[in-house]
Amino acid sequence: MGNHSDGVKAHTSAVVTSQEASQERFPDPGLPPHAPRLTDVDSKKAKGAERQVVLLFVISILGSLLFWVGYFGIEVSGNFYDVMNPEPNKMLRLQNLLMGLGVAFAMFGIGIGIVHWARSLMPDHEMVEERHAVTSEEDRAEAQEIMETIIEETGIKRRPLLRNTLIGSVILAPLTFVTLFRDLGPADPSVLKYTMWDEGVRLVRDPSGTPIKAADVTLGSAYHVLPETLSTLTHENGYLEEKAKSVVLLMRLDPSELNVSEGREDWNVDGIIAYSKVCTHVGCPIALYEQRTHHLLCPCHQSTFDAANECEVVFGPAGHALPQLPIRVDSEGYLVSQSDFHEPVGPGYWERAKHVKEMAGEA
Amino acid sequence: MSHSLQSDYKAKTTTGRIAHYVDQRVGVSGIVKEFGRKIFPDHWSFMFGEVALYSLVILILSGTFLTFFFNPTMVSVTYDGSYVPMKGVDMSGAYASALDISFDVRGGLLMRQIHHWAALMFMMAMTVHMLRVFFTGAFRRPRELNWVVGATLMIVGILAGFTGYSLPDDVLSGNGLRIIDGIFKSIPLIGTYISLFFFGGEFPGSAIISRLYSLHIMVIPAILLLLVAIHMFMVVIHKHTQYPGPGRTENNVVGFPVGPVYAAKAGGFFFIVFGIIALLSATFTINALWNYGPYDPSPVQAGTQPDWYVGFGDGALRLWPGVWPFPWEFEFLGGTWVLSVLLPFALMAGSVIMAMVFWPWIERWVTKDNRVHNVLDRPRNAPFRTGVGVAGIIGYATLMIAASSDLIATHFHVSLNDVAYALRASFLVGPLIGFYITQRICLALQRKDRELVLHGIETGNVVQLPHGEFIEVHKPVDEYRRYALVDFESPAPLPAQPNKKGKVNPIEKIRAGLSKIWFEDRVVAVTPAELEAAHHDHHSDNAVEGSVSASLEK
Ligand code: HEM
Ligand code: FES
Repeated sequence: MGNHSDGVKAHTSAVVTSQEASQERFPDPGLPPHAPRLTDVDSKKAKGAERQVVLLFVISILGSLLFWVGYFGIEVSGNFYDVMNPEPNKMLRLQNLLMGLGVAFAMFGIGIGIVHWARSLMPDHEMVEERHAVTSEEDRAEAQEIMETIIEETGIKRRPLLRNTLIGSVILAPLTFVTLFRDLGPADPSVLKYTMWDEGVRLVRDPSGTPIKAADVTLGSAYHVLPETLSTLTHENGYLEEKAKSVVLLMRLDPSELNVSEGREDWNVDGIIAYSKVCTHVGCPIALYEQRTHHLLCPCHQSTFDAANECEVVFGPAGHALPQLPIRVDSEGYLVSQSDFHEPVGPGYWERAKHVKEMAGEA
Repeated sequence: MSHSLQSDYKAKTTTGRIAHYVDQRVGVSGIVKEFGRKIFPDHWSFMFGEVALYSLVILILSGTFLTFFFNPTMVSVTYDGSYVPMKGVDMSGAYASALDISFDVRGGLLMRQIHHWAALMFMMAMTVHMLRVFFTGAFRRPRELNWVVGATLMIVGILAGFTGYSLPDDVLSGNGLRIIDGIFKSIPLIGTYISLFFFGGEFPGSAIISRLYSLHIMVIPAILLLLVAIHMFMVVIHKHTQYPGPGRTENNVVGFPVGPVYAAKAGGFFFIVFGIIALLSATFTINALWNYGPYDPSPVQAGTQPDWYVGFGDGALRLWPGVWPFPWEFEFLGGTWVLSVLLPFALMAGSVIMAMVFWPWIERWVTKDNRVHNVLDRPRNAPFRTGVGVAGIIGYATLMIAASSDLIATHFHVSLNDVAYALRASFLVGPLIGFYITQRICLALQRKDRELVLHGIETGNVVQLPHGEFIEVHKPVDEYRRYALVDFESPAPLPAQPNKKGKVNPIEKIRAGLSKIWFEDRVVAVTPAELEAAHHDHHSDNAVEGSVSASLEK
């Protein structure tokens, strides 16, 4: 059909601008005439709708009963997730299902019933209400005058000293309460520098706690490791906090594959290397070691570190390499640490660079 | 005076007597008069705000139940409940009580499920509600402040969800907190202190669960309720917006009265929302925290997912490169800048939130439209805004998808690195493409509307005219439908305006530039004159329109 004029592009052809258009608008035809529903004209249909609503309410009542059947009628006793006896599990699931379905039907019955009632039996004439401005001009003027009178009566404008001391006191008083939050925590970031690793601390397997002989660590294997001294701590005196910092990954690579930088030559034992397991991105424990590529992968945001290359970041969002733990073999052949880490473990923080320098001095 | 306070009024009906009794004591007749027959417009898209409100009510009900059994302590206990795999394990009292709620309190598991599903529903409904408000321009004057309240609700909702997720002290919740710790630490100058203060020392410490608990069940719900009250109050003051259509103007509200229809529909709808949440809770287990074990800093599970509403933050953390093309963590001005963590938040998440909060003012500055708007825009009639909205959705969705980058990589057997590259690219160009396509689609839809008004609806009936030509019968739209299709504005770009001194300042030049981009491509509504012309056209070449078509229809 030939010449359907397309929508007009403003800059290409002559168009009516919005101002002109307003003189040339279609008149508002007003609300369309009300179309009666079947239930409005046919009393049988109305009766039918009524019956449906009643049915829905009855369904709700049955739903509530179903809930109680689940709650009182299902006997759940014994231990759960017991491989020897799966029965209680089944009953627990069944109870949860019956109660949940009971609530669901109880609610659906009421809800759908009421909505159906409203839609089919209550008047559906659209009504019109006028809008009014949020406030009228007079109200605003009056309110403004009242406010001005109030301010005038306080005399605050005429007595500046009064006003200024008030402002000063009102600023200071709340600050006392802010001060109170000071004791939420200690304020010495230097706690972040140290872990439990120290001269001669044995590396033990996580979670069994057994020490590790250098010979146990075969080529390509990897161990999750903790300091032996961790077991002296309890939950009440810092077990989790220390554990969170001192988890270590132990791997053995072919010494020829290791790129060792100056000063770290004796930190490994024949290619056995130990690195902090705390991701330097935002602190997740690094879980995956891919033997073939020597890559360590953090499961949280996929930072990837190269174990052959002193755990430099090769991909992902981490900002610096994983700290290395210098290790050696003790007189009984077990792996032990030579010292603490030489830099703080975990994510970066404002004082980190300062701490790194201080720790280099201490070492 | 005292005389007039004595009323001898005797009501005739029981309702009347009860109403009179209450009214004499608390004066509710004013409220009934004000609200009883107040008109609310009805449209399916107005439903999402309601869903959010109802989910919040369900959250408070189910959460209150949980508080009776939950024990927010990190004091270590040896588990002795009926969940076999954990018997004899040392764990925090919080985790032990979460297990008890799941296994040893009848219906406790159901309530945990309801609470968690309601939280997901709450955030989902708020998000969709916000999109509805955005795409229809409901945030324009006089509703800008309510838009800001809504945006704040969204942010506080995320905090509510996160603090709740962290309470049970299982491996997942502890790991989430550890990530928060890392994020705090990236804040320049004060970050380390914030972290130490928040955890009462080093992570995880022994204070965080009870602190989160006060936040989760007291501070945050109080803020949420206060904001919701303000939000509703403003809705009442402004009266609800309505879609354009016959009989609907800037100065009226067309809809149903609160009593009985609207109240019945809305009240009934509460139970429907509750039913949906109960059904989900009965059939799908979420956060099966007994599988995870108590928090321990050593193990992790790969492929675990945070709740969806924090996904965008997690995705932003994944996408920002750490050492490419240079290290984003460096020493400067005496401190360490951890930009690879700070920037995803400050820049990606932060700027999106800021743009969202200030959008009403951005739009007003460019369009210089400061009029009151009670009639909504159909999204197609505001192509630029709709395009921006879709661009925002694409950016947000990319971040959310990025939060599952590892699952994508394993599922589709592609390398993690490639997934990350693709998502980075998509975050940068996806929104632009989305904007462009959406704007084009809007313009096309507007042209289709014009077509409809000018030439009517294609009926699919093909008839042969006396001289042999075949044409399709078009049925004109009736005047009501037509009015709904033409009742919109399509402003032209507004050139730079000189200020009082007669100068055009540089900012105004930028505004004019934006205005040009904004409105350059536009489609205007059909005018009566155009319709008239179209009719003539068609009659002259024997097209079937208007009365002709009527006669051709059987
Ligand atoms: C307003 C009153 C609220 C109260 C009294 C409350 C109370 C609680 C309690 C006691 C728990 C821990 C119980 C457990 O998981 O076993 C909890 C968990 C939770 N809360 Fe709330 N809450 C409220 C509001 C909210 C809101 C507004 C949200 C989210 C938008 C929310 C989201 C959560 C989540 C996601 C959990 C974890 C649940 C689970 O692990 O299964 N809560 N809440
Ligand atoms: S915490 Fe390891 S990548 Fe984010």
